[in-house]
Amino acid sequence: MRVFHFSEEPYPNAWTPDAESLRITLPNSECDPKTAADLYHRYLDEWQLADELGFDIMVNEHHETATCLTASCHIILAILARITKRARLLALGVPLANRSDPQRVAEELSMIDVISRGRFEMGFVKGVPFEPPVANINPARMMDRLWEAHDFILKAMSTHTGPFNWEGDHYHYRNVNIWPRPWQQPHPPVWITASSIGSAKAIAERGHVLATFLIGYKTRELFDSYRAVYQATHGTMPGPDRFAYLALAGVGNTSAEGIARATEVKRYLDTTGIVYEPFRSPPGYAPVADNVRVMRAIANGQSARMVPTKTGEMIDVTKNFTTEKAMDAGLVFAGTPNEVYEQIVDFDQYAGGIGNLLLMLQGGALSHEDTADSMTLFAKHVLPRLKEYAANRPQTADAAE
Amino acid sequence: MQRNTARFNREAKDRGMQIIPSIPPRTQTVRDQAIEIFEQGSGEPLLFLHPARGLDGCEAFLGALAKSHRVIAPSHPGFGRSDAPYWMNTVEDLAYFYLDFLDALGIDRFTLSGSSFGGWIAASLATKLQKRISSLVLIDPLGIKVSGREQRDIADVFAMKRTDLMAAMFHDPKVGAFDMKALSDDQLTIIARHRKSEVLFAWSPYMHDPKLKSRLHRIDARTLVIAGASDDITKPEYAKAYAAAIPGAQFREIAEAGHLPMIEQPDACVRAVAEFLAG
Repeated sequence: MRVFHFSEEPYPNAWTPDAESLRITLPNSECDPKTAADLYHRYLDEWQLADELGFDIMVNEHHETATCLTASCHIILAILARITKRARLLALGVPLANRSDPQRVAEELSMIDVISRGRFEMGFVKGVPFEPPVANINPARMMDRLWEAHDFILKAMSTHTGPFNWEGDHYHYRNVNIWPRPWQQPHPPVWITASSIGSAKAIAERGHVLATFLIGYKTRELFDSYRAVYQATHGTMPGPDRFAYLALAGVGNTSAEGIARATEVKRYLDTTGIVYEPFRSPPGYAPVADNVRVMRAIANGQSARMVPTKTGEMIDVTKNFTTEKAMDAGLVFAGTPNEVYEQIVDFDQYAGGIGNLLLMLQGGALSHEDTADSMTLFAKHVLPRLKEYAANRPQTADAAE
Repeated sequence: MQRNTARFNREAKDRGMQIIPSIPPRTQTVRDQAIEIFEQGSGEPLLFLHPARGLDGCEAFLGALAKSHRVIAPSHPGFGRSDAPYWMNTVEDLAYFYLDFLDALGIDRFTLSGSSFGGWIAASLATKLQKRISSLVLIDPLGIKVSGREQRDIADVFAMKRTDLMAAMFHDPKVGAFDMKALSDDQLTIIARHRKSEVLFAWSPYMHDPKLKSRLHRIDARTLVIAGASDDITKPEYAKAYAAAIPGAQFREIAEAGHLPMIEQPDACVRAVAEFLAG
């Protein structure tokens, strides 16, 4: 099991409790460039520490937001490619549907792979619903754009016979011949995110890593849908290395300290959806049938954001969603190193084997000292046990049953 | 008039918008596409192209026109229950679709009208159809760029809260209200299809075709541009600029109406259209 350290590089100084919007519409007068510089340097230090402690590294990006200063994961990864020594460097991801120029994306990602001497993991995501207005990309066909850009980038990285052309539904190029070509051949490992059963199919058919964020006890059915398609397509069951799950985490010297750290990290969950209402779900972003379900739920006064616990109880994410409830829902692992180890093993067994655990160990205003201590406790007392556990667990979900 | 405006508006407020218009539909096949049509009356054909929110609320206006015309009101491809092939994603595609549509119905000469998004399609269609359109009535049409690159001609409906949108769209925002709880899954599906297609066709360039204004000179039909005086989606000045770009076009403002005057003031709109067609 590989464990990736992740932070969104938040700018919590601008988070006011009654803000109408922390994204898209919040004026950048709220952003002090000096504070931003200090935060960037600090978060880079923490990724460097992750490299030294034996973690792998995950970076994402968001746009026009105080929740995440990483406006380009390429830029952060370019720095990390040079200043880290051993960690795998995961972009999860490049919001491919929002990019108007996948040729440029292919070039920049190849640079990161080459500078890091082959440590790059290439994650593609559709992009959150808030950001089509920023990129001014039509929300109606984002998945189609994602898959066309994906096909294009893989071809650009794996074609070594001189220029080719591309005249697709969404992208047009006359001369594609990227320099450098990637270090890893034919291209860096591909990851794609999904949260619903329907979207796992295309990922399983291609054999890419399926990553899912914070869906807790809906993970098993998603992974099982991937396993079924993967087996039908490739004739074997996928190993745990095909799966990634993202959770929030806090480790402390006592349970209370670990939970307190996770509670500060969890401010990510509390703030990430605070966005000017018209930008929450632009028309066309979700399929028509999903929109009908959401309209029906709203009309009936129900929350459209419910998550199950391990025992199947449904919890409303939007109301009094405490750290303890988030732990019950499998979104947060927190406590002493031993408690966190047991929570992760329990979730891994439930999910049928997770080869890649993505942990947000820094979020909100969790200080550098607390973050570094939480990371160090994890690296010293949890990570080696998880590696040993994973080496000895059955390699496919089938065998586990 | 079967119903007067005041009564219609009272009823609209009581029942809320119903999303699916209260006119019996039929299905017309146009080059393998199933297209939903609401048709009534007889006489010279009048093709009405609906706004992005569909035909609901247009019944009084269309019913009055149907006393003297064969009123044909289709749901655009991707709207209502009409099919759309994947390749259609611009208003130009919809204008070309309506060329096929007219062929499928065997219509040669006709009166053309369109409101808002449908007015944009109608204007584009009219630039492609010389000598076949007897009269053209554009009601607060979208589709052209008038002012500078840092001004919005058309309010960003995708960036407005629902209450702000209703206030901008209607003189009396209560006219556009609907009770989501009372709607069936069929009705909610139509709302979701309308929104998705509006985005697909009009997201960027936002609600306009940068080239359309330069093509409007080709319109040879007698033209009336109607604007709601209280329209805050496109101000009456925008409709005036539209009229100025079409040779000989007349302009008329409807009082106490927003962006959809045929819904809010059907009597006044019918009068304006009747006077224009008679003149």
